[in-house]
Amino acid sequence: MTVLAIDAVPGRRRRGVELAMLLFAVLVVAAAYVNVGYAHDGTVPPDVLRYAAGLGGLFLVGHLAVRLVAPYADPLLLPSVALLNGLGLVLIHRLDLGSADRARQLGRSLPRSDAPLQLLWTAIGVGLFVAVLVVVRDHRLLQRFTYTAVAVGLALLLIPAVLPARFSEVNGARIWIRVAGLSFQPGEVAKIALEIFFAGYFVAKRDLLSLMSRRVAGIDIPRGRDLAPVVVAWLGSLAVLVVERDLGTSLLFFGIFIAMLYVATQKVSWVAIGALLFAAGAFGAYHLFGHVRTRVDIWLHPFDYASNQGYQLVQGLFGLANGGIFGTGLGQGRPDIVPFAKSDFITTTIGEELGLVGLMAVLVLFLLIVERGLRAALGVRDDFGRLLGTGLAFGFALQVFVVVGGVTRLIPLTGLTLPFLSYGGSSLVANWALVALLLRVSDAARRPSAQPAAPAPERSTTEPVAGTAATAATAQTQVFPR
Amino acid sequence: MRAPLRRVAIAVLVLFGLLLANANYVQVVQARSLQRNPNNGRVLLQEYQRQRGPIVVGGRDIARSTKTNDALKYRRTYPDGKRYAAVTGFYSFVYGATAIERTNNSILSGTDDRLFVKRVADLLTGRPRQGAAVVLTIDRKAQEAAASALGDRRGAVVALDPRTGAILALVSSPSYDPTVLSSHNGRKIRAAYQQLLADADSPLLNRATNATYPPGSLFKVVTAAAALSSGRYTPDTRVPAPQTLDLPQTSRTLGNFGGETCGDGRTETVAHALQISCNTAFAGIGLALGADTLRAQAEKFGLNASYQVPLTVSRSVFPTQVDEPQTAYAAIGQFDVRVTPVQAAMIAAAVANHGTLMKPYLVREVKAPDLSTFDVAKPAALGQAVSPQVADQLTGMMKLVVEQGTATSARIPGVSVAGKTGTAQHATGAAPHAWFIGFAPADSPQVAVAALVEDGGELGSEATGGRVAAPIARAVMEAVLGR
Repeated sequence: MTVLAIDAVPGRRRRGVELAMLLFAVLVVAAAYVNVGYAHDGTVPPDVLRYAAGLGGLFLVGHLAVRLVAPYADPLLLPSVALLNGLGLVLIHRLDLGSADRARQLGRSLPRSDAPLQLLWTAIGVGLFVAVLVVVRDHRLLQRFTYTAVAVGLALLLIPAVLPARFSEVNGARIWIRVAGLSFQPGEVAKIALEIFFAGYFVAKRDLLSLMSRRVAGIDIPRGRDLAPVVVAWLGSLAVLVVERDLGTSLLFFGIFIAMLYVATQKVSWVAIGALLFAAGAFGAYHLFGHVRTRVDIWLHPFDYASNQGYQLVQGLFGLANGGIFGTGLGQGRPDIVPFAKSDFITTTIGEELGLVGLMAVLVLFLLIVERGLRAALGVRDDFGRLLGTGLAFGFALQVFVVVGGVTRLIPLTGLTLPFLSYGGSSLVANWALVALLLRVSDAARRPSAQPAAPAPERSTTEPVAGTAATAATAQTQVFPR
Repeated sequence: MRAPLRRVAIAVLVLFGLLLANANYVQVVQARSLQRNPNNGRVLLQEYQRQRGPIVVGGRDIARSTKTNDALKYRRTYPDGKRYAAVTGFYSFVYGATAIERTNNSILSGTDDRLFVKRVADLLTGRPRQGAAVVLTIDRKAQEAAASALGDRRGAVVALDPRTGAILALVSSPSYDPTVLSSHNGRKIRAAYQQLLADADSPLLNRATNATYPPGSLFKVVTAAAALSSGRYTPDTRVPAPQTLDLPQTSRTLGNFGGETCGDGRTETVAHALQISCNTAFAGIGLALGADTLRAQAEKFGLNASYQVPLTVSRSVFPTQVDEPQTAYAAIGQFDVRVTPVQAAMIAAAVANHGTLMKPYLVREVKAPDLSTFDVAKPAALGQAVSPQVADQLTGMMKLVVEQGTATSARIPGVSVAGKTGTAQHATGAAPHAWFIGFAPADSPQVAVAALVEDGGELGSEATGGRVAAPIARAVMEAVLGR
């Protein structure tokens, strides 16, 4: 339970620790890069220093931004994310080498390398991270945009559904916007927008949603008309499933909604109702839609589909088995056999080349980010921040669970990206923004209580000095609602 | 809000716990069965990432892995590939592996459990995992002699060391170049393989181990062995040898090769009947002994069983349901009696080795990459085919075959050679298969050979075992004996 405890010593900034861990993360990534190069060519890649310096410089910019505008933020989050992002870059580079080798062998023209582009997206991601930290000086600022957020979120979700399939469909799932060779997965951004909306909405309505009319079998039943928001969210999720044919996004949104509703109202009955609705939706979808049924069948009997629709899953499992406990070593397996190894199936690359040990380490890293996020939510003094932190952290956890669980055949496979590791600009950039918000919440949570605390709005002084609470309430103070 | 938030945190812990447990299940518990799954092409691919051990004959590699620049890091090449293809097989990422490449794959690829200690050492020292070398029993000179004596003709040659069962030569013709099939170019591999499949002469068939032929007259050695072992015959026993033998239960008769008479056309000694390969005499002996006795003797020589040498040697057959006229034909190696060239060589080897039949084997030892030997073949007896006395009597009779009988072309100056020819009818109108089995030196044998040429080779219907097959066997025996 200690992970869940609020920091015993609030107010310690520990930015030096963050910097040291960032340095360590860059070292690990550089070592992995050398490992790949050495395994592939037998030589240390000549650009490793440049690469490490570039990546380190990028993360240093992020670190400086945190130091300046969120000095009390959790020091573990940025290094963990940097390590995942760096590792993802190395894995994508490694898969680039694999597909180039294969093309050479088959005498085809060399495919485009994806790692440089992903590096560019990393830079954009860190840029957005800094921008979010600088612009959103207080997370409560976002509460004002509750209804803007829902409009943006829904619009982003709807665009691929409305677009002709040739602009939006990849592998049967219509969750993309593809224009002029660029592709963008709006669901990643929609996720954050909707988390902001849910947080704002539940803060406003939670008294209503907490009212329960009857008690049946130890569970409070809400009044009929109060069920409306849940039903709307449920129908929305089903619509995503039906129209965009994406099981993962659908499950993710509904799960985030229920978790945040539960935290807002403290009523277990919402979880029960959510579970019932989910079961009903899953049952109905299984019987009504062929693509859902196929997904489930592949999950249950993957080897019956080994050469067609289940090929990817089966090859992924073979990759994991090939890795075993210690893995083949970076650059020494054949993760490129698995289709889409760079995006959805990057998990199998980790499992094959870094082994069970590496995969577990990565999962623990994810868990660390999530639990640190939840701890920030637990520590923050305002309800909006608490709900927002819950949504961001839990959504992150659920996404990892759905994609890793799908690839390792714990649950049916769905199309989601693994945050920070998978190839894809929209996912990477959106997740950097997400972490910026989590850092913002954790900065508020760990700020010494000598600083103005909730319900009084927090000041966004860049370098607060202990005991100088009186140094000027600014005009910003009035913009916060409540 | 804090209590539900803590519960959410616990729920997250549970979700990640499930992921971690499942990853353990897949990568540890299920890993082995996933790796054995027939859909899994990765295991073979991964083998290409390591240096595969060589296959060695007489200190030289006949199969070796060399580093490449492509994704399959090592490429298999076969110096002198065509000559050794029947032994090495090929190692293709499209069609899998055959022969020694397949049967000894775990050693060559370095995954064999016997290499475990070495693997752990490699892991600790960071040395890349390497396959072990497989050293064969093949005698380079014997193999070369066999291949060049057989030439382009369809057929096979097998030479054994009768004392141990070590295979000294194993040739199947026509052969193919395994290097092409083991290349890294899928399109070229497929094209080459399809061409080999389409070839009417079936170059991919290993005639030495996997094709069975009627043995013809060489089976008279087995019939003679059964006769002498029965105690009712000695080499000097006179047996009926008419020009034609009336077959019981039918109106048909069995004649001699080319309609010839044996000796005076009435009786022959067993020894002389073998020397001139008299059909009627041996058919008569077979009838007198009965099918069960012949079968029992045949099985003592190794028929009706298959062997792993470690290449799989197909089952040679002495049929189970045989009536009397069929027994007469079976006694001279016709009807449904069929043997592989390896089996034919085993018959000669058992006689040569004083009646003890040794299990044939092809792998002499396994050597770790640092050249330390860690597995040496131990010769094993399959059983006593005939008593030493009978073996000596058969040896004497077979010496006469070479010295003054049907196989004079197998004679080697200064060395006494024992042998038996076979000229096996196998289809109406088709030229007979030419056979020879033999061993040398007759008094202390070092090599036993079987040579087979399908359809009589270039001599066609004029062919006999003595004219076509015996010279091939002689070349191989000379090579082993250093003549």
